[in-house]
Amino acid sequence: MLEQLSWKVGGQQGEGIDSTGEIFATALNRHGYFVYGYRHFSSRIKGGHTNYKIRVSTKVRPANADKLDILIAFDQETIDFNAHELRSGGVIIADEKFKPVAPEGMDIRFFVVPLTKFAEEAGSAIMKNMVALGASACVLGLPATTFESLITDMFLRKGQKVVDSNMTAISKGIEFMKENGGEIEEFRLQPGDGKQRLFLMGNDAIGLGALAAGARIMPAYPITPASDVMEYLIKKFPKVGGHVIQTEDEIAAITMTIGANYAGVRALTATSGPGLSLMMEAIGLAGMTETPCVIVDTQRGGPSTGMPTKHEQSDMYAVLFGTHGEIPKIVLAPATAEECFYMTIDAFNYAEKYQLPVLLITDLALSLAKQTVEPLEYDRIVIDRGNLATPEQLAAVEDGKLFKRYEFTKDNISPRVFPGQKGGVHHVTGVEHTEVGRPTEDATIRTKMMNKRLNKVQGELPNSVSYTGDENPDLLVIGVGSTIGVIDEALERLAAEGKSVGHAQVRVLSPFPTETLQKYVDKAKKVLVVENNATGQLKHLMQFFGVKGELQSQLKYDGNPYLPHEIYSHCKELF
Amino acid sequence: MATVKEFRNEVRPNWCPGCGDFSVQAAIQRALANTGREPENVAVISGIGCSGRISGYIHSYGVHAIHGRALPVAQGVKLANRNLTVIAAGGDGDGFGIGLNHFMHAVRRNMDITYIVMDNQIYGLTKGQTSPTSAHGFKNKTTPEGNIEHALTPAQVALGAGISFLAQGFSTDINQLTRLIEEAINYKGFSLVNVFSPCVTFNKINTYDWYKEHIVNLDNDESYDSGNRAAAMAKVVETNGLCTGLIFKEDRVAYEDLIPGYKQEPIVNQDITLSRELFNQCLKEFA
Ligand SMILES: Cc1ncc(C[n+]2csc(CCOP(=O)(O)OP(=O)(O)O)c2C)c(N)n1
Ligand code: SF4
Repeated sequence: MLEQLSWKVGGQQGEGIDSTGEIFATALNRHGYFVYGYRHFSSRIKGGHTNYKIRVSTKVRPANADKLDILIAFDQETIDFNAHELRSGGVIIADEKFKPVAPEGMDIRFFVVPLTKFAEEAGSAIMKNMVALGASACVLGLPATTFESLITDMFLRKGQKVVDSNMTAISKGIEFMKENGGEIEEFRLQPGDGKQRLFLMGNDAIGLGALAAGARIMPAYPITPASDVMEYLIKKFPKVGGHVIQTEDEIAAITMTIGANYAGVRALTATSGPGLSLMMEAIGLAGMTETPCVIVDTQRGGPSTGMPTKHEQSDMYAVLFGTHGEIPKIVLAPATAEECFYMTIDAFNYAEKYQLPVLLITDLALSLAKQTVEPLEYDRIVIDRGNLATPEQLAAVEDGKLFKRYEFTKDNISPRVFPGQKGGVHHVTGVEHTEVGRPTEDATIRTKMMNKRLNKVQGELPNSVSYTGDENPDLLVIGVGSTIGVIDEALERLAAEGKSVGHAQVRVLSPFPTETLQKYVDKAKKVLVVENNATGQLKHLMQFFGVKGELQSQLKYDGNPYLPHEIYSHCKELF
Repeated sequence: MATVKEFRNEVRPNWCPGCGDFSVQAAIQRALANTGREPENVAVISGIGCSGRISGYIHSYGVHAIHGRALPVAQGVKLANRNLTVIAAGGDGDGFGIGLNHFMHAVRRNMDITYIVMDNQIYGLTKGQTSPTSAHGFKNKTTPEGNIEHALTPAQVALGAGISFLAQGFSTDINQLTRLIEEAINYKGFSLVNVFSPCVTFNKINTYDWYKEHIVNLDNDESYDSGNRAAAMAKVVETNGLCTGLIFKEDRVAYEDLIPGYKQEPIVNQDITLSRELFNQCLKEFA
């Protein structure tokens, strides 16, 4: 029986490819499998090939599989474009309607199924995806009931009849395959553990994290792959009295975010590379005025408009060094959808605790791929608003005098106060300023203020790096963001072959965890940094921030995330 | 109730003696007192430029932000706390050059904010370059052979964009200016008060005398109807934008009152913890 399996459905954009994949993935998630769903899409909205790939596993596997086991084709293009991904003995299920032609010279099982015809018989041609799901289920040895609870949830408001006809379509798919040799022993999937988990993408988790953290305002300008964060919160904020505002551009988005935070409300914005570039001047303002704010950067293929619907991790330099001048900032890089949730909450707490901009960076694979996540815990939601002025502090300010918003303190963090509070009146400026916010060019104050700002965060943040593997590995692999899943999988294979390996995952890029990384680097014989960009940004950051030792790079920047075998074979060469 | 004095601070503006911006500052302070505002409930958000310094010269909450971005910062402040009186302020370069996009959209959005522009038809702080409101043929540092571009007329742009409250003032008429700012502050929606505020150091053409000669004061025209957009546009075109007084005003529901689920009580005063019930409801969507 199989531990894991990879399935893909393809067709023209606008043909319901997404929903087909969604239904399959969600149904399997409900049965206790670990699912990873990766959408392939291009910048065209209608027409053009699109596909949805799903990895089903009995273990956590947040990554695409090396090879495809089953391909569902709604058109010939899908076969022509994707058949090469199939493993030998793999399955193609194609709609009879387009008179499919099998790929030449491949060892595969080719099933021509009357998907559209069965769908029409069941009530409507749009149910061809249900027939296809039935056919897939038969191959895996799954009964029609696998889909029942989901189909009921989806269609019951439209009436029991709609539920029934969808179930009929699924059964027709199963029956046909049974009659035509589609029950294949070697495709039997081990049963899932039945545990109820969540299935969501990084962007959803960030939206939910922001809601849970108490964020109530989100000014943002649409951009792939960040837009889902605002779209999620547009649905949720009205329930809690908050508001998403679609601004005229990213400069407005970030400056409004700063305005809202200055006025005392937790606010965030989310964008991707081009938008991040536009925000840079304002991020400097947030740093200089010590205004907390959270900025999400969902990286995509750059430079310039680059490959807007493709995956990359190439904004790290921009995020760390983009603003002019020198400001403090925190940069968090979650690796899974689960971490996206908890680290978004951390982001708000850090922003207010240290009164600075916090950038939360993801990459397209993490932002948009859906993955199985353990139930998120309400009790882990903590809100820490940092140093807010007390009523006594405010009462102590004489009438007509200014509040010392930038007071020099031991920990370099001054009390905050929001407009509307008596006694708190003060001035905020991006110009160098005194303790009450008055512009100044006094050399002593300037130096002291710079030191105050730059020394607010001392040392490494907790959990900046996580580690799995041997204590003193022959090979240490270091990664950031969504590569976590592929690296783990590749290293698992090597470990199974008796190789000594370790994996360090960098979760905080600023303040850079030099010390911790050095500790792991020192223990390893060889070190490989794996990332999705052309210049080796993470590796260079390690060197820039003083990690000593020989570091090697594995880079991929063709727009696609790594496949496990790519990292596996690269690593294997290093032993 | 706060008096004018309470909106003053001890900072000496670094404006050149005679700069038009002094009167704008005084008019804002008077208007705030006259409309019964308290310093702690006012936020003045400014851009960059000589004029942008104004937020530091008024005793109230204030942000001196970045060039051209006073309006979006101000809108963020207003969204967070709708009880505040939010005033955005800056120069013509700030508002109609680098920040023009934000201006058009602030008009369209119509949050309850008063925007005061100190229009001197030149870039002051950067020492006298041509601005978007400098006239065609205007000779200056960046246009030594005369400006080959045409001037943008703020009032025309504002009316064209669909603004619901538009007034213009002149620095020498501080009484009229105070009255206009008061009315703008009391107006529930986005209001622009564009002020002809001469730069005595770099603009040798558009001087106090030049404005006095060219400005038409609508207060003196009893037949003028400020409730008619077409008439307002005609007057603006006829005077080449150089008219003062209340140019146009109409009723419109402010942005804040149209947001679904948005409460009267400012967000900043609300409890931000997410209930366990709503959290669980959110999780269900991902099951
Ligand atoms: C992004 C950016 N570009 C340029 C500048 C330089 N700058 C400062 S003030 C200013 C023009 C100010 O003109 P205006 O808004 O008309 O104000 P005034 O000084 O005349 O009151 C410029 C270009 C800046 N601060 N920021
Ligand atoms: S340079 Fe012009 S605008 Fe600036 S303060 Fe002097 S007079 Fe006023």
